[in-house]
Amino acid sequence: MIPASFDYKRAESVDEAIALLGEHGDEAKLLAGGHSLLPLMKLRLATPSFLIDVGRLKDLSYIRDAGDHIAIGALTRHRDVEISDLLAAEVPLLARAASTVGDPQVRHRGTLGGTLAHADPASDLPAVILALGGTLVAQGPGGSREIAATDFFQGFLETALAEDEMITEVRVPKFGGKGWSFQKFTRRSQDWAIVGVAAVVANGSTGIALVNMASTPVRASGVESALAGGASATDAAAQAADGLEPGADLNASTEYRQHLARVLVRRALEEAGV
Amino acid sequence: MTLFGTPVRRTEDHRLLTAGGTYVADLDLPGVAAVTYVVSPFAHARITSIDVEAARTMPGVIDVVIGSDVDLGPMPSVNPAFPETMTRSILATDVVRFVGEPVVAIVAETASQGIDAMAEVVVDYDPLPVVVGIDASATDEVLLFPEAGTNTVMVADGGSDAADVDIEGCEVVVRATYISPRIAPAPIEPRSSASRWEPDGRLTHWLSCQGAHPVRNMIASVYGLPREQVRVICPDVGGSFGSKARSYPEDLLLPWLSRRVGRPVRWTPNRSDDMVGLGHGRSQQQHVELGGSRDGTLQALRVRVVADSGAYPMVGAMLPRNTGMLACGPYRIPAVRWEIQSVLTNTTPTTAYRGAGRPEATALIERAVDMFAAEISMDPAELRRHNFIGPDEFPYDTPTGVTYDSGTYADGLELALRMAKYDELRAEQQERRSSGAQHQIGIGLATFIDRTSGVPGAEYGSIELEPDGSALVRTGSNPYGQGHHTSWAMLVADRTGLPMDRIRVVHGDTDVVPKGGITGGSRSVQKAGSAIAAASDQLVERARQVAADTLEAAVDDVVLDRSGGGRFHVVGTPARALGWDELAANLPEDDALRCEAEIETGSSFPSGAYVAVVEVDTETGHVRVRDFVTVDDAGAILNPLLAEGQVHGGVGQGIAQALYEEFAYDADGNPLTANLADYGIIGAPELPSFDGALLETLSPNNPLGAKGIAESGTIGAPPAVQNAVVDALSHLGVRHVDMPCTPERVWQAIGAAGR
Ligand SMILES: Cc1cc2nc3c(=O)[nH]c(=O)nc-3n(C[C@H](O)[C@H](O)[C@H](O)COP(=O)(O)OP(=O)(O)OC[C@H]3O[C@@H](n4cnc5c(N)ncnc54)[C@H](O)[C@@H]3O)c2cc1C
Repeated sequence: MIPASFDYKRAESVDEAIALLGEHGDEAKLLAGGHSLLPLMKLRLATPSFLIDVGRLKDLSYIRDAGDHIAIGALTRHRDVEISDLLAAEVPLLARAASTVGDPQVRHRGTLGGTLAHADPASDLPAVILALGGTLVAQGPGGSREIAATDFFQGFLETALAEDEMITEVRVPKFGGKGWSFQKFTRRSQDWAIVGVAAVVANGSTGIALVNMASTPVRASGVESALAGGASATDAAAQAADGLEPGADLNASTEYRQHLARVLVRRALEEAGV
Repeated sequence: MTLFGTPVRRTEDHRLLTAGGTYVADLDLPGVAAVTYVVSPFAHARITSIDVEAARTMPGVIDVVIGSDVDLGPMPSVNPAFPETMTRSILATDVVRFVGEPVVAIVAETASQGIDAMAEVVVDYDPLPVVVGIDASATDEVLLFPEAGTNTVMVADGGSDAADVDIEGCEVVVRATYISPRIAPAPIEPRSSASRWEPDGRLTHWLSCQGAHPVRNMIASVYGLPREQVRVICPDVGGSFGSKARSYPEDLLLPWLSRRVGRPVRWTPNRSDDMVGLGHGRSQQQHVELGGSRDGTLQALRVRVVADSGAYPMVGAMLPRNTGMLACGPYRIPAVRWEIQSVLTNTTPTTAYRGAGRPEATALIERAVDMFAAEISMDPAELRRHNFIGPDEFPYDTPTGVTYDSGTYADGLELALRMAKYDELRAEQQERRSSGAQHQIGIGLATFIDRTSGVPGAEYGSIELEPDGSALVRTGSNPYGQGHHTSWAMLVADRTGLPMDRIRVVHGDTDVVPKGGITGGSRSVQKAGSAIAAASDQLVERARQVAADTLEAAVDDVVLDRSGGGRFHVVGTPARALGWDELAANLPEDDALRCEAEIETGSSFPSGAYVAVVEVDTETGHVRVRDFVTVDDAGAILNPLLAEGQVHGGVGQGIAQALYEEFAYDADGNPLTANLADYGIIGAPELPSFDGALLETLSPNNPLGAKGIAESGTIGAPPAVQNAVVDALSHLGVRHVDMPCTPERVWQAIGAAGR
């Protein structure tokens, strides 16, 4: 429970953080809320020798109306997402999902950028951003670029970010409060999801993404295309686990996860009014 | 008015909740060095070489010690009947037998330097075949101690003659095998210990534990010291649940390490280490056969219990005896036979955990009784009523070999059913069944007995009058959450008239308290409380004599008026009275008023009736506890607030056992739940509000009439919840679900029943 020793610097700006990333290469890690990184360090599963603390970059903590989408700063805490009136009106799915992350302490520390960069398939918000068709803004030494959520998650804890890039903003399309659902199946109320489902109906099509059903958050493409082809919610939901072989662990075997995905997708579609 | 029986708030809470507690890890010990243990990552392996040279050169490292350096004997056996060959050396030397077994001790300036140095210790292991699970152990194909020729630590049997237990002759028989899951006690405070040799050659040893004196005796014997030369201090303790009742190798080695490095040393494991180093609880396989007649009369019970004792025989290996002895619960079953066995596996050794063999007994008989009721289509409440031992049958000798002291079992059940609105619940259940609702409800009963003060041994208490007229109480019973300071002060206040804030209770220091046992088996009020009550009565008697001298009256004419802080006066002349402070001031210097008592009592048998209501999502298998009713009969209740707290915490742990907690290993003996993210510790969101009541059928076995209530919750709650889960699904054909009833297990059971 005591991490290996490391050097620490608090970055005063995004540019400084990126410069430090360039300087220290793969020895360095950004530290945002620390609620994924620090547990790994305490167990000595991660031993970065240099931490660049971006946790106090206040100008990266915001939730703004940007016309057709909502722009959220990467350092925005889960708690701020949870209680945002703007999100409640325009992207309630995200606010609701954020309210289910861990416990209040976790939500007051963890950040949206951090959970996306960490890319744990068991995390809730990556799947939500995926279902919403969100976009991430990454900044590196050469400037900024946009990465679609669909391209961002590349493998277990692997993303499209370069070593010297950091996420600065997350953009999610507005869809209003029409049809949406977030289903999170846990044993204890504050657990990580055994399986989770984010579903949103926008512009006549339904986006569905699954938590903890693969090595990355995944779109339930079988369900999406069945719905597009006119299948009923129940019939479409039956395809929720098609092509997915989620791993087994103490909480669930592969078959049970597949079963849960089908049940939860059906419930999500029912709740979303599909 | 007396305080006995009134809800006095805990006097220790303000201190404990505002960082005023004294825990071993926080003690200010100048010059203390930190001890860190390198533990085995293998469940079963031969150590082929250990290289600590690199670790020695790490920053802050003072010394690095391996098993062959240590010239102490093995861990003392907990039971002389266990095979002598199954011993555990303090540090593993040749063979490691579970993941988490200490192999190397590092002494460093700081704990973080110790952890850094761990990475530099190179231990070569030659893996051996691993034994995980009772079935694998019992075959003796792989032996943990080849010299023993067996993995079996202990077998025993008892109860009625085998020939008299005519299961086969019964009209109705239910047979089943149940699993009692392996539990990690996981107290908030992990183990923690420190040692220091004093200039006068004495040893001071601090330990988070359940009783200082047994630890002192053990250290004295392992180190070959006279007991007077060892001082053990057990300050505040952040929980234990039975698991810190004895020394562990990690703390027993500290005096040796301290002497070697010539400095005080301290060891506090982190959570992950403590999850595998601290003993585990439960872990039984139970084969049950219960027979009776179709009208619901239970006639014969045969149980075979096999306990997984882990890698070395500790207290856990003895506990199946409790299970056998209490297998018949509160029921009049004329013929009962029990057979028990404890076996070794390559897992953390097991020890006592809140209830220690009795929750296992209760789970066994309560599940079987429900199965029997289902078999003959009788309401489970009705079957219980029909078979309870009646209030006029006490003392009742069970066929298993114990004598129940007193009880009103049927009253408890009727009250619980009324509180739960049992008939309405059954109607609601019927409605949900007929409508085929996705969420079904289940109603689970557990009517149980406990056996407290089960381990023989007197407990010590003393009281003395301080020069300022306040009282100093020394208790041999060491609290770790029970509220002894409040309880003992209540008993003293009732007898002396002193206000509670003039009564100071001290515990857990062998230099301050002359004798003591452990707090365990719900014995404290019965033994320690009775001792303090007796000592207080003596004090009042002595004080009357002193008062008589001062008042120049005959002793028989002097009375104690307990109001107003306690005042002695001659009958009829209250105006001329002597308070405790005046009495103290008048004492001749060499005549300290100090009285002590040691009380041994027989066992007593608390009972209870619990009703759990659960809601089961039949699509996912998820279970939620909706309501929970407790009726506890623990004899005379000294403080209903503390009693309620004990039930509350115990029921929480019991629900956790039924639904969430299980310490799991993979086939190679790797622990899968060694942290609190993976292990199913619960929080308030998982629990409903409890609805509780107390009955008070006195025990004739101790002066206070108390029975002890600290383990009832963990005894009654698991089968109540488990029975409720099965009850919710019985119409779908489900007959049993093992604990913990996890969503996947419930889902599997529904699926299997439907096929
Ligand atoms: C007890 C507990 C329970 C939890 N329960 C849940 C749960 O139920 N659901 C859930 O989804 N999550 C849960 N979490 C995780 C929590 O949401 C984390 O806070 C989140 O996953 C990571 O965010 P962070 O800001 O803490 O990131 P950090 O831990 O600071 O960083 C995580 C990783 O992302 C990198 N990083 C951080 N910010 C950026 C950035 N802007 N650009 C590029 N890289 C960056 C870091 O270098 C690091 O590698 C839980 C955590 C804990 C401790």
